Amino acid sequence: MTSFASMWPRLLLALLLPCLWCIVARADDAQDARTREEINKYREMLQEGNPAELSEARGEELWTTRAGPRNATLEQCDLGLGPGKLEGAYARLPRYFADTREVQDVESRLVTCMVELQGLTREQATRGWYQANSDMEGLVTYIAGKSRGASIETPQVHPAERDMNALGNALFFRRSGPLDFSCATCHSQPDRRIRLQEVRDLLLPEDARIVLTQWPAYRVSQGQVWTMERRLMDCMRQMRWPEPGYLSEALIALQVFLQKQAAGGVMQAPGIKR
Amino acid sequence: MANAIKVRSKIEGDVALIRLLISHPMETGLRKDTEGQLVPAHFIELLTITYQDRTVLSAQWGPAVSRNPYLAFRFKGAQKGEKLRITWVDNKGESQTDEAVLE
Amino acid sequence: MHCVNSKLVCTLLLIGWFGSAMAGEDATVDAERLQDALRRSFSGATPEEWKTRVEQDRNQTLCSRYRNAPPPDIAAAISAEALSSVRYPESNKLLGDWKKGEQLAMISGGGQVSRIVPDPAGTRRGGNCFACHALSVKEVAAGNLGPVLTGFGKARGTSTETVRYTYEKIYNAQAYFACSFMPRFGHNGWLTPDQIADLVAFLLDPQSPVNR
Repeated sequence: MTSFASMWPRLLLALLLPCLWCIVARADDAQDARTREEINKYREMLQEGNPAELSEARGEELWTTRAGPRNATLEQCDLGLGPGKLEGAYARLPRYFADTREVQDVESRLVTCMVELQGLTREQATRGWYQANSDMEGLVTYIAGKSRGASIETPQVHPAERDMNALGNALFFRRSGPLDFSCATCHSQPDRRIRLQEVRDLLLPEDARIVLTQWPAYRVSQGQVWTMERRLMDCMRQMRWPEPGYLSEALIALQVFLQKQAAGGVMQAPGIKR
Repeated sequence: MANAIKVRSKIEGDVALIRLLISHPMETGLRKDTEGQLVPAHFIELLTITYQDRTVLSAQWGPAVSRNPYLAFRFKGAQKGEKLRITWVDNKGESQTDEAVLE
Repeated sequence: MHCVNSKLVCTLLLIGWFGSAMAGEDATVDAERLQDALRRSFSGATPEEWKTRVEQDRNQTLCSRYRNAPPPDIAAAISAEALSSVRYPESNKLLGDWKKGEQLAMISGGGQVSRIVPDPAGTRRGGNCFACHALSVKEVAAGNLGPVLTGFGKARGTSTETVRYTYEKIYNAQAYFACSFMPRFGHNGWLTPDQIADLVAFLLDPQSPVNR
């Protein structure tokens, strides 16, 4: 049985070593923080020359251009705040619409308007929606830009809205496929990254706000603006899920859930991403 | 309006800060499409910007400039209400000219 | 990331747990409602895609239901079942070729289905280990969804038990952590037993860049 006197130096070392380790590790964390800071500065610079503005300009023109068998513009389209009222509309979507009796996001609502106001078929309205410089890309970017500065505030009043939120919530945690992935696999813990790409914790309001206020976004790697549905579809592709249908319930439900997580976030879209 | 040039101008004193966003595919000629075929090179080779018959910027671009290029530059002697003329010519011989009124 | 400050970890865990519990506070959706929505949303999937990518096996059902935090008795049952499901290479050689393992670890694609962006024909599958783990020191582009594995073999050696544990962990991570986020690479047939043995070598072989 050794005496305390002889144990004393070893005890002190045992107490101090973790502290030293922490100091060294904190230095690593400091390096990470500096790197993040530099990347954020670079991102701010990119915002100045965001090619999404070209899509915005295109969308503005499409909004006021006559089209379809009814030779009508989209100016009477109701995105939830009344016909033609665009300011802040994106920040309030998805929501329930009485005329279609459905919860709709901006993309599905635009299709409703193209069909009802312009007389296009659903097929015509959605053809090539995901291609660069598509009409949908332009219109969604334009409408999102009209919510700059607006606070995300999606209604959870109608039972259908609450039901879609619950559905989105369930889907977010649903694991399936050969890699057992759910959205939660990558997006339910703070300060995580895949390789060097940060993946935000969408269950934390401040992280959800950072994400949802930046979509739709110009993706430099694709050279085009991606809508939120396009982005979610690509998540699912990487999760090894099948591709959901465009405008399908799963995509709208997830948006309902995510927008609710991001409530209060100030819209800055269209954003710019790698 | 297929190929847009978006111009923003800000005049401070007699110096104008011009910011341009040009819609152009800027293909390097080295990229492959989803079928594995090379996408042919298609990029702006020459960009000329004139103000009152004076060339204020002349740039020789190439495949290193990315898609939908953004350019910012300053020049002296600018006056509000005057016009800026922007012309690009690409490797296919296609060209576009646009005019913007300085604010 | 390297400093395991227990107070910080505890706080984060609490926030994460509380946060996910809060997220679950809203009305739950019943199974039929969810199934209907899935059927309508993935109506474009082939029967094969539906079966292998949308339908859940028992493990996925449980882990989804408990949001990856199953109660202890269920967690124990999950781990026991996972361990019993492990299949070993025919040769019984659990420590393979670390060079092959390194190649496998770097492959990120494969197994993706999409009409918009189909995987090119012949796309190989791999472990995509760097997506979540730090491994070789010189590979800076490593994720942090999973623990740091740099020096894994150096710290543990290559005893029979260690080799077997490492193999089982990659084959079915839930054998040792119920509802782990890590894909069940062997169990789901994503990687073959021999490929897993090569990954084991990548982790444990003293010559591997993970340990040098």
